[in-house]
Amino acid sequence: MAFEGLTGRLQDAFSGLRKKGKVTEADVKDVMREVRLALLEADVNYKVVRNFVKTVREKALGEEVLGSLNGGQQVVKIVNDELTELMGGEQEKIIFAEPGQGPTVYMMTGLQGAGKTTTAGKLANYLRKYEKKKPMMVAADIYRPAAIDQLQTVGRDLDIPVFSMGDQVSPVEIAKKGLEEAIAENRDVVIIDTAGRLHIDETLMDELEDVKKAVNPNEIFLVVDAMTGQDAVNVADSFNERLSITSVILTKLDGDTRGGAALSIRSVTNKPIKFTGTGEKLDALEPFYPDRMANRILGMGDILTLIERAQQEVDEERAEEMAAKMRENRYDFNDFIEQMDQMQNMGPLEDIIKMIPGMNNLPGMDNFEVDPKDMAHMKAIVMSMTNEERENPDLLSQKRRRRIAKGSARDIAEVNRLIKQFKQSKEMMGKMSNGKMGGMEKMLGKLGGGKGKLGKMGKGMGGMGDMLGGLGGGNAGSGGKKKKKKKKKVRRKR
Amino acid sequence: MGLFDKIKSAFTGSDKQKDTVRDEKLSGAAPASKEEQVEKVTEISEKSTAENTTLEPKNDKKETEHYEKGLKKSRVSFTRRLNELLANFRYEDEEFFEELEDLLIESDVGFEATMHIADTLRYESKVQNVKSMKDAERVIVSTMVDMYGETNPDHHYFNENKDGLTVVLFVGVNGVGKTTTIAKMAHEYIEKGQKVVMAAGDTFRAGAIEQLHVWGDRVGAEVVSTKQGGDPAAVVYDGIETARNSGADLLLIDTAGRLQNKKNLMNELEKMKRVISREIPDAPHETLLVLDATTGQNALNQAKIFKETTDVTGIVLTKMDGTAKGGIVLAIGKELGIPVKFVGLGETMNDLHPFDTEKFAYGLFKELIEQTA
Ligand SMILES: Nc1nc2c(ncn2[C@@H]2O[C@H](COP(=O)(O)OP(=O)(O)OP(=O)(O)O)[C@@H](O)[C@H]2O)c(=O)[nH]1
Ligand SMILES: Nc1nc2c(ncn2[C@@H]2O[C@H](COP(=O)(O)OP(=O)(O)OP(=O)(O)O)[C@@H](O)[C@H]2O)c(=O)[nH]1
Ligand SMILES: [Mg+2]
Ligand SMILES: [Mg+2]
Repeated sequence: MAFEGLTGRLQDAFSGLRKKGKVTEADVKDVMREVRLALLEADVNYKVVRNFVKTVREKALGEEVLGSLNGGQQVVKIVNDELTELMGGEQEKIIFAEPGQGPTVYMMTGLQGAGKTTTAGKLANYLRKYEKKKPMMVAADIYRPAAIDQLQTVGRDLDIPVFSMGDQVSPVEIAKKGLEEAIAENRDVVIIDTAGRLHIDETLMDELEDVKKAVNPNEIFLVVDAMTGQDAVNVADSFNERLSITSVILTKLDGDTRGGAALSIRSVTNKPIKFTGTGEKLDALEPFYPDRMANRILGMGDILTLIERAQQEVDEERAEEMAAKMRENRYDFNDFIEQMDQMQNMGPLEDIIKMIPGMNNLPGMDNFEVDPKDMAHMKAIVMSMTNEERENPDLLSQKRRRRIAKGSARDIAEVNRLIKQFKQSKEMMGKMSNGKMGGMEKMLGKLGGGKGKLGKMGKGMGGMGDMLGGLGGGNAGSGGKKKKKKKKKVRRKR
Repeated sequence: MGLFDKIKSAFTGSDKQKDTVRDEKLSGAAPASKEEQVEKVTEISEKSTAENTTLEPKNDKKETEHYEKGLKKSRVSFTRRLNELLANFRYEDEEFFEELEDLLIESDVGFEATMHIADTLRYESKVQNVKSMKDAERVIVSTMVDMYGETNPDHHYFNENKDGLTVVLFVGVNGVGKTTTIAKMAHEYIEKGQKVVMAAGDTFRAGAIEQLHVWGDRVGAEVVSTKQGGDPAAVVYDGIETARNSGADLLLIDTAGRLQNKKNLMNELEKMKRVISREIPDAPHETLLVLDATTGQNALNQAKIFKETTDVTGIVLTKMDGTAKGGIVLAIGKELGIPVKFVGLGETMNDLHPFDTEKFAYGLFKELIEQTA
């Protein structure tokens, strides 16, 4: 997940300060050097870094901070606030045409391979789902081999119309005709996919200007790969100068890039980032929240995103029921499977876990991965249980376990482990949902008694999932168990 | 002549070098305009006229004034800043080091490499080897060149199977240029009179199979494919069968873009590779990681994890026709020892070039070296 590395470095820098209480000028200087390096390592443009560091340093050297008892905390807060500010402060919404002004027109622009075509599809899907729009896509990339095929396939998958005139007509013409077609067909959003191009390719940049003139778009999106390095600033600057882009969409944030481009592009173009791409699938588009992103950088996690995703995937009533089951200790293997499926729908598990505050802080988290195969194996085991066994795991005698192992083609040890973990989690869930434990730290503290750092992590997360189960509506509970299972893997690896 | 000398001679203008440089396409920087040249020469007044020749603009792209202005601005300020920086060098001056680091970072040298260079200079300053601006220049430049040398053991040759089928597997994250690079390479070999088969191992992304087919038609290579959503390992197998049966010289295997942190996708890649090795024990003869020059520090993670999974034998650095310099390959070479074998300089089938150490070094360090030539 993006920003992890950056988070790690900043946290290293701050952990000393946090503990320290009284902060001296020398402390601030040291920390700011670390901050600077962390940001540079994360590909944040060096000029942006310089300004940022300067601002924070000045503020931190203010009298209230130096010598004050919780100065460390204050420095952290200043960094956090400035970072949010740099990200654009508030979340900005996508712009639509005024009612009666014809269809809303969007243009997707950017370098080659940034993700324009995929994002066009995602955006169409998103607007249909959340804004009840009737989008149409326009295939105006006449250069890349099979670019039109690609957009048409995306359109077919989504069941959203794609307008195309082949690759022998100029993009300007295609865009114009596309718009006419949209009006005729009563579509209210038109998304124009354009060919990838270098910002220094004058001919092709002229072409974009011409398309812009021809269709007068409500938004011109610059699509940028989150892995982009220092060049992000040149690219964003050029596109912005030529086209006056209106917003930015940052793709491939599901990778492990530190995503410093997000910081720089915004501050160089002064245009908001409105969406992030978080996967190859056509539903992997999320609004960009500057404050959450800043929080994530500082290790505060991204709990809001997590809860929202949960809400999308989980039926509220079912969730209530699930929470009640946990409370009353009625949670069984059927619920477990159901939650596991929901969890999988929410995206890669390791991403989800890392959104939990404090999680990316834990030792070993860098290497934490979940192999979907593990989840499939667990599912296979549960599927080999009879319904009675699933509802009442106490029935699971050794004999039955052997049968299950055979039925699921897993070895007996794995079956035993799963059952044991299930029981432990269930126990913990009861405690958690009855409010016997408070915050994350307390929980980690209690659970950490056992087996060193990683053991602590695994258990902590087991509980964490349960805690979220209560919070988000039940579905993260299963995550807890999966993570436990995973913990073994991590340990083995070391 | 050592690399360092060669690079320098590129500036002092021995004829042979001049040609190389004029032909320079690898600088990564945008083509310099005439006015810019003038401006530059006046600014670095004491530098010889050789500079004018070496930096002959290439006019293969139409430049509008608008753009020239922007570029000039950044070039000039870069040069001026570096001069100022060096003129004011004081060894205990942290600000100097910070600025130097910024300059290197901006040149896309990459964070690790930057730190290495700055730290070397710090050390040399402490032990009194650096007392003047000239000394500082010397240390900076030679550190870069040394480091570069390390990353380029002379084995960026292409491992061809002389007595039969050569199999090349292409891997990398999404959108870096794998499919296009395959087409370019196919074209090159077909031009040489060889028979090439391409296997459409990306069965996931919309339009990926069609894309390879279009390229196959253009370059004249047979394309083996299945339907979208099919098993990529099966396509690999079919590709090998077809290549063998038709007596092909080269089999190029395309794979879906995948981010290196996606465990299941990396497993899939491993499986594809196993299928290849099972059929032909020596294959794949090359596993090329395609990297986008625009990518920042994450390229290092990509190289690390793809190497672990598929034993990458070389890198193709694409999109070097943009303004990004791909300096991160320095860090990759230094840490992982993976050599760059090819560079991509555009979107057509003619745009694949062998990696040339000196051209790259020149492109990367040009602006810094200019100051000390
Ligand atoms: N993991 C991940 N992959 C993405 C994301 N967005 C796009 N991709 C992938 O990136 C690659 C390039 O995406 P495209 O949509 O073809 O990019 P493009 O900008 O249209 O490319 P050109 O038209 O060639 O300039 C494809 O493999 C996509 O599946 C994302 O958010 N996450
Ligand atoms: N300017 C430039 N563009 C390139 C170069 N190589 C590839 N491209 C463009 O980059 C975009 C993506 O190229 P692809 O070959 O589809 O990339 P890929 O890695 O196969 O992408 P996925 O299969 O989606 O992961 C296309 O628009 C190519 O034309 C290059 O060297 N220079
Ligand atoms: Mg496209
Ligand atoms: Mg491809």
